Amino acid sequence: MDRLAVELPGLHLKNPVMPASGCFGFGREYSQFYDLSILGGIMIKSATGSERIGNPTPRVAETPMGMLNAIGLQNPGVEEIIANELPFLANYDTEIIANVAGGTIDEYEAVARAFNETDVVSALELNISCPNVKEGGIQFGTDPFMAAKVTEIVKKASNKPVYVKLSPNVTDIVQMATAVEAAGADGLSMINTLTGMHINLETRRPLLANQIGGLSGPAIKPVAIKMIYEVSQHVAIPIIGMGGIMTADDVLEFLLAGASAVAVGTANFANPVVCPEIIVDLPNVLDRYHFTTVREAIGKGLPNGKHLLST
Amino acid sequence: MRGYIMVQQQNDSSHKLVQNKMLQVCSVRSIAMDTFEMILSHPSVKDVHPGQFLNLVIDGHMLPRPISIADVDIEKGTLTILFKVIGAGTRKLSYCPSGSLIEAFGPIGNGFTLDARPNAHILLIGGGIGVPPLYYLGKTLKAEGHTITSILGFQSKDYVFYEAEFSELGRTIVVTDDGSQGQKGYVTSVLDDIPAFDRYYSCGPTAMLRSVSDALAETEGYLSLEERMACGVGACMACIISSQDGRYKKICSDGPVFSAKEVIL
Repeated sequence: MDRLAVELPGLHLKNPVMPASGCFGFGREYSQFYDLSILGGIMIKSATGSERIGNPTPRVAETPMGMLNAIGLQNPGVEEIIANELPFLANYDTEIIANVAGGTIDEYEAVARAFNETDVVSALELNISCPNVKEGGIQFGTDPFMAAKVTEIVKKASNKPVYVKLSPNVTDIVQMATAVEAAGADGLSMINTLTGMHINLETRRPLLANQIGGLSGPAIKPVAIKMIYEVSQHVAIPIIGMGGIMTADDVLEFLLAGASAVAVGTANFANPVVCPEIIVDLPNVLDRYHFTTVREAIGKGLPNGKHLLST
Repeated sequence: MRGYIMVQQQNDSSHKLVQNKMLQVCSVRSIAMDTFEMILSHPSVKDVHPGQFLNLVIDGHMLPRPISIADVDIEKGTLTILFKVIGAGTRKLSYCPSGSLIEAFGPIGNGFTLDARPNAHILLIGGGIGVPPLYYLGKTLKAEGHTITSILGFQSKDYVFYEAEFSELGRTIVVTDDGSQGQKGYVTSVLDDIPAFDRYYSCGPTAMLRSVSDALAETEGYLSLEERMACGVGACMACIISSQDGRYKKICSDGPVFSAKEVIL
């Protein structure tokens, strides 16, 4: 329905709800539960230049109102993904956002270049914020100079719009956001997971084999809302908001904070049909809070005139 | 495509969700130390393959609890799960009163391969809370005319459960670590007492599965594995196990049952 539609660089979203990268694989598993064409878009699992086997197990641990994960970017590599996963996704009428990851700038560039050759992918999400790999990822996400540099390179390597996925594990998120905006980012995707740890009382050792992991789920939602609220007052590019979204009410809260669309991650694990449920409920939530359209709600929680995004 | 009973697939394009994820608790009873049997009903219980599991959603907890299906009664429309209280989530589950509703999805996973030759002698080897899926497996195999022998291992007599139920399927040997019930020792200690068998199925702690598959390396065997899971459907890559081909398998969706020769424990 048109009242849910949002237009973003490269993305005609029929509704603002997308599964978040890393929480939905390449869609196959959830296609057993519902027609993926229901979704506004799909942010597919990170791709690296070559196959990554990921971290040892345990890779996940439950936490209060959330979970820690340290999967370690396990993926078959960009060429395999293009050959074996994208043709399946091409069957669905939904926008595909490919997540680009790497250990070096060259690797980011190669992955972006590979995705540039395929029509199935509408936009790139640049993962400079994975906390679970030894090299790459996080250091690009915590240093504004490095973040800008990798953004610039990826922009040059591809004609697709680039959404840079920001890490919350920084002192000044606005500085990171403005740095990647200046480097040519078409949009932002925020937030990635917060780093965390759980220690097993019996073994007296961190439960995750990787020791640290990324915290996700409703526990981090207030952090995400606050960071989007701050950043949307300082950048003029759209934000795809994520961090603990479970309900259509949560979606509206992200829109009010300045996000133009949202991604749902951890909630898929407890409820495989959470995304369709949210999409079905979103019109009711818009009605309840007196909005005609999703577009109208974007940035409405910000101080008057503070939203820089021109809609 | 697999038929999920607790979340029905949508075949229409109208975006209307047709589903009923709620299971009703028929009964909960303590069957051993920290161990509970829960019978759950749902209007469309059917086609559960032995070795499949349910993902149960527990109020206030982020991740569902994957729990093996221990028995199925299609006429009554019920599923039985047996679980051990090991943390706050399973404790909360054990407090669910009869009549209450639990959100779940499943059955998940591929379950046990059932293609043994006719009238085969099958050995079931269960350890602790790995015993439950072997019960529905044993019932199914016995109904197909196979001869069942079971070895059930527990820490001590306080933890022993379902000995009588397994005895109805065939010869059942209970072993305990401390010898407080049945024979003292591990499940592998009594393997020499079992007459020739065609294949084995085992579920239990990884260390036990390793000993079992080492001791029975010459026999066809199937192992049901456990790991910390998130999605339960193969999307999140949390529950992986190394396989002999140098890659990883996903325990939830490629398994949880694997040929003993397929995985590296």
